[in-house]
Amino acid sequence: MSESDWPLWEVFVRAKRGVSHVHAGTVHAPDSELALQNARDLFTRRAEGVSIWVVRSSDVTASDPADAGSLFEPAIDKTFRHPSDFELPDEVAHM
Amino acid sequence: MGSSAITASANTGPTATQSDVESGPSLFDRLIDADERIEPTDPMPDEYRATLVRQIAQHAHSEIIGMQPEGAWLTRAPSLRRKAILTAKVQDEAGHGLYLYGAAETLGTPRHELLERLHTGRQKYSSIFNYPTPTWADVGAIGWLVDGAAIMNQVPLCRCSYGPYARAMVRICKEESFHQRQGFQIMLTLAQGTPEQREMAQAALDRWWWPAIMMFGPPDSESTHGDQSMRWGIKRFGNDVLRQKFIDATVPQADLLGLTIPDPDLRLDESTGTYRYGEIDWTEFWKVVRGDGPCNAERMATRVGAHENGQWVREATAAYAAKQAARAEAALQGAS
Repeated sequence: MSESDWPLWEVFVRAKRGVSHVHAGTVHAPDSELALQNARDLFTRRAEGVSIWVVRSSDVTASDPADAGSLFEPAIDKTFRHPSDFELPDEVAHM
Repeated sequence: MGSSAITASANTGPTATQSDVESGPSLFDRLIDADERIEPTDPMPDEYRATLVRQIAQHAHSEIIGMQPEGAWLTRAPSLRRKAILTAKVQDEAGHGLYLYGAAETLGTPRHELLERLHTGRQKYSSIFNYPTPTWADVGAIGWLVDGAAIMNQVPLCRCSYGPYARAMVRICKEESFHQRQGFQIMLTLAQGTPEQREMAQAALDRWWWPAIMMFGPPDSESTHGDQSMRWGIKRFGNDVLRQKFIDATVPQADLLGLTIPDPDLRLDESTGTYRYGEIDWTEFWKVVRGDGPCNAERMATRVGAHENGQWVREATAAYAAKQAARAEAALQGAS
């Protein structure tokens, strides 16, 4: 009995109005309509969402962990991008 | 820089193994030592990957096989409310199975292969589900004791070193506490009911107590995978520690129900504030693990039957999806 699986879909759920969709997990489904249906059954049984996105996993392009250094390390030593890097005289109450 | 080197999403599986990493403490070791999480595309030792696939898959199998003992009572629940609650609980177990299969798949083993390992007996599920549920009180005892023991085991897994497993467990643990409470409430209702109902509750406790405390697995002195899993942050506490915590939490609950735990050696050790308990019959445990429990054959036959009977549905939905995709494609070409 050899079988293959339905395609894998990444599921994103918006918990309530005003916040972004957040990755919740994956489902298998033959098409986007059933992926939505399966995602609804799996991830929103307790009113966890008001909107769902499904995206075919094979359509996601991810950064390579091997590139993490060149991609993300240059940002680490640039503390001047943060307001806390600048000391102000006490007289300046709010800025 | 190969941004297209990984076309796969974070969930399509492994891209590197330990051998790909240069010498010195590997990224994997540094992450483990810092108690950081490992994510699917990170390099990891083959043995870490294999251990996780085995553990997560067996956990997933347990969730879906676990639907059966309680599922048997869906059509016989004593009221519409109890029936709705039990349906929701059994549906949750299916959901937990799916979260876990999803987590296992991130390690590169496809879903159908995991199911095949279950169906051919190459992978096991928790032995507790090989016991029958002869009365409604067994449904109560399962929720109270089996789900209670599962929670004790699962809460530490929310901090497991493998990210997708830990995230699945957070979701599962949130849902499990409803399971335990509904079970305890069934027991409470029976314990406060007629003498027959009380007797039914006691008999269910008698049946489930020992199997429930065996759920934590053999004593640490005999456990095979324990040490390595602890070092890798997959397991956070030993079997005996978790078993003791469960017993200490559960004995006062049994007292509250006015039911007697079937262990004549059970007593509070005043000096430590924990309960001493009697000898566990590990011969029975291993017998059930090896396949000689009361319901092993029935559970597997039901599972394999459900899978085979669903074959035409899977084929039909796939055919429908293919037809819709072909139509959409044709419409697109017609328009251009």
